[in-house]
Amino acid sequence: MSAKLLFAGIDEPGLNTLEVYRRRGGYESLAKALAMTPEEVLSQLEASGLRGRGGAGFQMGKKVSFLPKGSIDKYLVCNADESEPGTFKDRELMQKTPHLLIEGLVIAAFAAGASRSFIYIRGEYVLQADLLDAALAEARAAGYVGENILGSGFSLSLIVHRGAGAYICGEETGLLDSLEGKRGNPRLKPPFPANEGLYKGPTLINNVETLATVPTIIRMGGEAYAKIGTETSTGTKLVSVSGHVRKPGNYEIELGIPSREIIYDLAGGPPEGRSVKCWFPGGSSAPVLGGDELDVPYDFDSLAKAGSMLGSGAIIVVDDSTPILDVALKVAKFYRHESCGKCTPCREGTSWTVEMLERIDRGEATPMDLEIMASVQDHIIGNCLCVLGDAMAMPIGSMIVKFKDEFEAQMVQRHVDAPQAAGAVAP
Amino acid sequence: MSVRASGWDVPADLEKDPATIPDPASTPVPPQLQAEIESHMALYPDSRSASLPALEAAQRLHGWCSPEAIEQVACVMRVTPASLDAVASFYDMLETEPVGEHSIYVCTNISCSLCGADELYSAIRDGAGEDPAFNVRAFECLGACDIAPMASVDGVYVGPLTLADVPQLLDDVRAGREVLAEKQLVRRPCADREAGG
Repeated sequence: MSAKLLFAGIDEPGLNTLEVYRRRGGYESLAKALAMTPEEVLSQLEASGLRGRGGAGFQMGKKVSFLPKGSIDKYLVCNADESEPGTFKDRELMQKTPHLLIEGLVIAAFAAGASRSFIYIRGEYVLQADLLDAALAEARAAGYVGENILGSGFSLSLIVHRGAGAYICGEETGLLDSLEGKRGNPRLKPPFPANEGLYKGPTLINNVETLATVPTIIRMGGEAYAKIGTETSTGTKLVSVSGHVRKPGNYEIELGIPSREIIYDLAGGPPEGRSVKCWFPGGSSAPVLGGDELDVPYDFDSLAKAGSMLGSGAIIVVDDSTPILDVALKVAKFYRHESCGKCTPCREGTSWTVEMLERIDRGEATPMDLEIMASVQDHIIGNCLCVLGDAMAMPIGSMIVKFKDEFEAQMVQRHVDAPQAAGAVAP
Repeated sequence: MSVRASGWDVPADLEKDPATIPDPASTPVPPQLQAEIESHMALYPDSRSASLPALEAAQRLHGWCSPEAIEQVACVMRVTPASLDAVASFYDMLETEPVGEHSIYVCTNISCSLCGADELYSAIRDGAGEDPAFNVRAFECLGACDIAPMASVDGVYVGPLTLADVPQLLDDVRAGREVLAEKQLVRRPCADREAGG
């Protein structure tokens, strides 16, 4: 049994209200942090080793330290645009314990010297945004947000900003453009948001879960937190498990446990008589791993070493009843729809990948198509302003490598099934 | 012929000068909408940040981001209608064509489709038929794969849905009742049993 730091008593009725949250020790970490200097808070965050929970896994403390010092206007933006397919952990946090996010956000803003903050929440999360707004009103009234917080002299404004449905707004610079009221097109980096972000000011952007972990770090101390998990993947992580499992849902795990434990022991494994064909360890952008790779420890570095990534912590399980072609088509179509169209390799690459997969599906593909499709993926990666194209190229590329035989068999099968297909060439 | 903003499906009329910022004297804006947009504008260091909440408010009033709705938002925000057209056409939740009053977004992304979302989407579409009250859409991941397959009905998440739930779901919407009360996400406990309450 692992420690529950974020999910402890998560279903307690009324935890979303200030009264219950405070009864359970809520906002004590904020008081403790405000009694320290921002540098001391930052050193606790650095000592914790906490890595970003949104996808990139960058050290949170380091990210805060990149912001320029001095009394210029600085911004903190919480990325609550959770839209990586398979991910739904932030939703449960914001719905059930919104004050935890607010408390963590205020502490992080204090460490970063930010005076204005925003929670950019995806527009589809209506309930969660309403609950956050209600919690924020309570926090403001109690003096945890606003002018001179708890008499410390530190002031912070906070606005809950609702998006309107666009995956790309989860990309941090796309999010910033959207928050400025524009189309959510990603920006060229550098300049990085730490130097030039929202309204051209220095901006710290953190995921919901990352910020929600901050009060725990302040309470326990950074060094104690770092003892949980592995040396380079410290702490606990919320994992969203979905797809072909019997008990889909969010689970809080200690980083470094075998992935098999999450998929089988916690989420119940695939339905009776089925086995795991492949699984996405970190959302649909992560390269897939096979059913023979379930013993990989679930942490940032082990998954990277296995050729995939922890990403947002969303495990999607596909059992052996599903053709890999169907999985590839779903994934590719999603990224085609969500490509903002700014960079050619992504716009065209996602479109052509879908076209080629559909050719296989119609029985019109030739063996060469698989090679072309693989090369399209290679040409997307690293060639765009943001990683949306990569987010398709990585899983599709991994599927072509890992399931080459099945793709080829399917080409033949679909061709036999559809001999009348115009332009079909026998593979 | 499409009623979407000109320049999208239909070429823009190049003979016409581009629309300028609407004149408040000749652009009637419902006072409540004006007040709502202005209150959003006041929240941000740059009032243009209010464009999403402002368009959402206008859509709530007009049913979609109609040229009239865009004109009214542009008038209050003091920006050109074109700049707002560009924003509205980017986001899935902003409608650039007239739609039914009740939106049903059916998630058809990977996790939900592994659990039968494509059949569910077809069944809801068929069930809604030509009823103009419904706006049934296949939607990208709605962040609720734990209740796959699922749908967001006027913003309320319900799931896991079976094909047998569809008639009741549509009836609930038609009757203005709470949608599939027992299947709403809000009532679902955390899957992590060691967490609890």
